[in-house]
Amino acid sequence: MPLPIEIVLFLFLLSTAIAIARLEDLFAAAMLTGIFSLLSAGLFTIMDAVDVAFTEAAVGAGVATVFILCTLSLTAKREYQQPTKVLPFIVVGITGAALIYGTLDMPAYGDPDAVTHRHLSAKFIEIEERAMFSQNEHAVESARHGNEEKAVGLPNIVTSILASYRGYDTFGEVTVIFTATIGVMLLLRGRRHKKSFTSQSRSDGNDVVKEQPMRMREKIILRVVSKAFIPFIFMFALYVQFHGDFGPGGGFQAGVIFAAGIILYGVIFGLDTMRSAVPERVLVYGIISGLILYGGVGIVSLLSGANFLDYDILDTHNPAHGQHLGILLVELGVGITVTCAMTTIFYGLAGRGKQ
Amino acid sequence: MHWLGLWHYWAVIILMMIGLYILIARDNLVKKVMGLSIFQVSVIMFYVSIAKIEGGTAPIIPESGNQLVYSNPLPHVLMLTAIVVGISTTALALALIVRIQEAYGTVEDGELNEIDGHSP
Repeated sequence: MPLPIEIVLFLFLLSTAIAIARLEDLFAAAMLTGIFSLLSAGLFTIMDAVDVAFTEAAVGAGVATVFILCTLSLTAKREYQQPTKVLPFIVVGITGAALIYGTLDMPAYGDPDAVTHRHLSAKFIEIEERAMFSQNEHAVESARHGNEEKAVGLPNIVTSILASYRGYDTFGEVTVIFTATIGVMLLLRGRRHKKSFTSQSRSDGNDVVKEQPMRMREKIILRVVSKAFIPFIFMFALYVQFHGDFGPGGGFQAGVIFAAGIILYGVIFGLDTMRSAVPERVLVYGIISGLILYGGVGIVSLLSGANFLDYDILDTHNPAHGQHLGILLVELGVGITVTCAMTTIFYGLAGRGKQ
Repeated sequence: MHWLGLWHYWAVIILMMIGLYILIARDNLVKKVMGLSIFQVSVIMFYVSIAKIEGGTAPIIPESGNQLVYSNPLPHVLMLTAIVVGISTTALALALIVRIQEAYGTVEDGELNEIDGHSP
């Protein structure tokens, strides 16, 4: 049976998405994308994906909206009115019908016997449960030696898989973030072309006499509240970073939350103040050092005679401690890279308007 | 009824199609990016809904030691990293849009085609 709250959230999501499609005011649409992410984070929580919900809330409602708003301030505030076209409707209708036809063969939602749950993930859960429930470490040790399968031994199975079982994947993802940030820096760091168009070159149709907009730091409520908030945001980010082994959270979420705190500071107090607090050069080193920390853990385990990113070798006396240490370092590397990458992207997009 | 158990997937597919519609029908490039992010969230939601097990709970083993049913953690891991990679690639797209604005003075698809001399 579907829960009533699921239906309500889906209806909200649906109306938000339709509103985004119809709105010509792009600023309003950008704010709605933030709401869309927050609502979907609620749905993810109901579907038991707490880590995904956490990430979606931090990324979608926090950072992505700011990036889109920065871009809008450099481009156009409104989009042109367009006649409703028929062809896209037909294409979308056919694609949707084909996808729905495809789901008819799928197991029902929540079916415990679905193929997805039988193979690898069942094994992961079984191994981790056995390691957790054999309380004393000696038992863990013998359990590990009894079976060929190695346990990580952390309460949060998502973190175990993310950082240990599938550490290669995560390393790849961090590299993608690194590469994308380099791309943004290459596109936006350079000097502007002389013949460039500014955002004001297009009139919006209505000639209102423009007042000088009030600067953010002159709004006393925003300034005071955000100043009080920022330390707690950082503290929360640190909690998410280092408590990720035991509860929902980890390097990705913590990195985005940390970056959101820095970006909030920049939005309220201005880019120049932000530059003096967090210099761009430091961020560039941060992006690289996070990735190197991740890869370095892999290299150390490789040089110690184990496989790449096999943390057991990091503590020769107790492999379980080696796993914990490895995951801690790797998550820290992810956190540093994500924080610095997000902040650098914000510098790129926001700094472009000031030149 | 077997079909009643599939409505989650259908709801997600409808959301996905709204994103796809924005992507192909709207001319403004920033709007297209918004459509793309709706599409992305829907795909992520599709994976997460596959991972759900009826009566299951979040895949975090409690200290009490009760035997619980956990939802499948593997899709969660894959999607969690996909979100952060998604924001990085979105940022790259936005950076490209900013450069297009500077070079052409517009971010409307039709106008860009006209400037480049193609028929829209």
